[in-house]
Amino acid sequence: MSPMSHRTFISICLLPLVVVTAAFFVLPMAQLLAVGAGGERGVAAYLAILTEPRYRATLINTVMLAAATTIATLVISTVAGLFLQRHRFVGRNVLIAMLTFPLAFPGVVVGFLIILLAGRQGLIGAITAAATGEKIVFAYSIFGLFLGYLYFSIPRVILTVMAAVQKLDMGLEEAARSLGASPWGVQRDVVLPALGPAFVASGAIAFATAMGAFGTAFTLATNIDVLPMLIYTEFTLAANFSISAALSIGLGVIAWAILALARSLSGGTVAAAG
Amino acid sequence: MRDRLIFAGQLGFTLLVAAFLVVPVVLSISAGVTVNYFRGIQSGVTLQWVEQVWGLYKGEIGLSFLIAFATLAATLVVGVPSAYALHVRGGRLSRLIEEIITLPLAIPGLAIALALLLTYGGFGGFRQSWLFIVTGHVIFTMPFMVRSVMAVFASLDIKTLDEGAASLGASPWTRFRDVIVPNAMPGILAGSLMVITLSLGEFNLTWMLHTPLTKTLPVGLADSYASMRLEVASAYTLIFFIMIVPLLVAMQMFADKGEKK
Repeated sequence: MSPMSHRTFISICLLPLVVVTAAFFVLPMAQLLAVGAGGERGVAAYLAILTEPRYRATLINTVMLAAATTIATLVISTVAGLFLQRHRFVGRNVLIAMLTFPLAFPGVVVGFLIILLAGRQGLIGAITAAATGEKIVFAYSIFGLFLGYLYFSIPRVILTVMAAVQKLDMGLEEAARSLGASPWGVQRDVVLPALGPAFVASGAIAFATAMGAFGTAFTLATNIDVLPMLIYTEFTLAANFSISAALSIGLGVIAWAILALARSLSGGTVAAAG
Repeated sequence: MRDRLIFAGQLGFTLLVAAFLVVPVVLSISAGVTVNYFRGIQSGVTLQWVEQVWGLYKGEIGLSFLIAFATLAATLVVGVPSAYALHVRGGRLSRLIEEIITLPLAIPGLAIALALLLTYGGFGGFRQSWLFIVTGHVIFTMPFMVRSVMAVFASLDIKTLDEGAASLGASPWTRFRDVIVPNAMPGILAGSLMVITLSLGEFNLTWMLHTPLTKTLPVGLADSYASMRLEVASAYTLIFFIMIVPLLVAMQMFADKGEKK
């Protein structure tokens, strides 16, 4: 027999992960928590995100942006995902590939793509200048950021919706139809409720990503008023370590809570993307 | 008739969404090979911008690959055995460990980067080295590797295999090497592709962790977006696409194969 028991071997297998996670995640997060409370405000720094008008305004801005992104992404992806899963036609696979390939583009690249679309040398600017004489440029505003997060989230949500639609029981729809329900009635009363868990799960990912992502906002403009940019400028420009630590703990808690809530509602595993 | 109209409407809408996603990519690719983007493609097609990017940023691109493979090595060495241990062990403590290592998926990279900076920023040698960036990437990608491998264990009866080999007198290490790892291979490969892809494109953490001497590909991208002419930024983006798209295709193929099983 081997001199090493199975139990010991299992513990040795687990040890490196425990050490790495403790040293480079748990300990740093604890340090972040301590720095957040170690400024001149003390523990009250954690309330500053709510009590300080400037931070509160940024928080509200960020939440509104994330909510708008989530709703728009869900609506767009549901229409497209339902359509793609329910019909077979020439070019369908190409269309699906086009809708899902930006899945792994980093936020910085998405920001640049939005600049090409709606920036100073962008396509929309060129078209509107030619058509109306007035050049429309909105990439460097919160609307550009909204468009960027939409770009980022649509592929993920379409995939989730398509997978959920595939698992739907077609029999239920046929039953509803045979009972005289209108096409819209079937969608509203049978299909959309059945997709609920998929909406919750993928919506939460879109929301948490739009709350915490940094690359797109950074590429578009450093003065867009969202939480990640605020944390970044407080840390690097103002060297305000305790406030930036407290704000990022706040941001982390919000993102984590949204995902945890979605996970308990939908029963699946849910993760944000960067 | 009404069905045809609904179909056409939905198709039109879906095409519009696809255009929103594809048109900027096409713009970017064409801008990267156009002599003068402002004057349009009729000004000529050129590879001068791609060459210029290569000359300016090959260090960043090389470092990104170094970091990606170092991250992969770490997630393999640390992640695969622990996925096995977490699966076999089960119980409360394993659940807790799994929860903790999955947290970096929910917590924004910016927060994790600040935490690392505030904890290890004072260790000059470590802070200045590219290993500092690897640390961040390992924390960020570890859950993908562990979960990908654990998913394979969950789908096959690894305990029976393990016990069968044990009854034949194989030591734990031999069993791990000859039975567990080969069986986990699909998960290991899928996880590896994910780790490499994520590491190559990671910006949120890396922007905070990098130094002037440890710039990665995405850091260089942000740099070129801010300070280079549009053609150069586009050519750089083009190089990134060329690197990342094969990885995406491979990942998609894996996902399809997994679904068919």
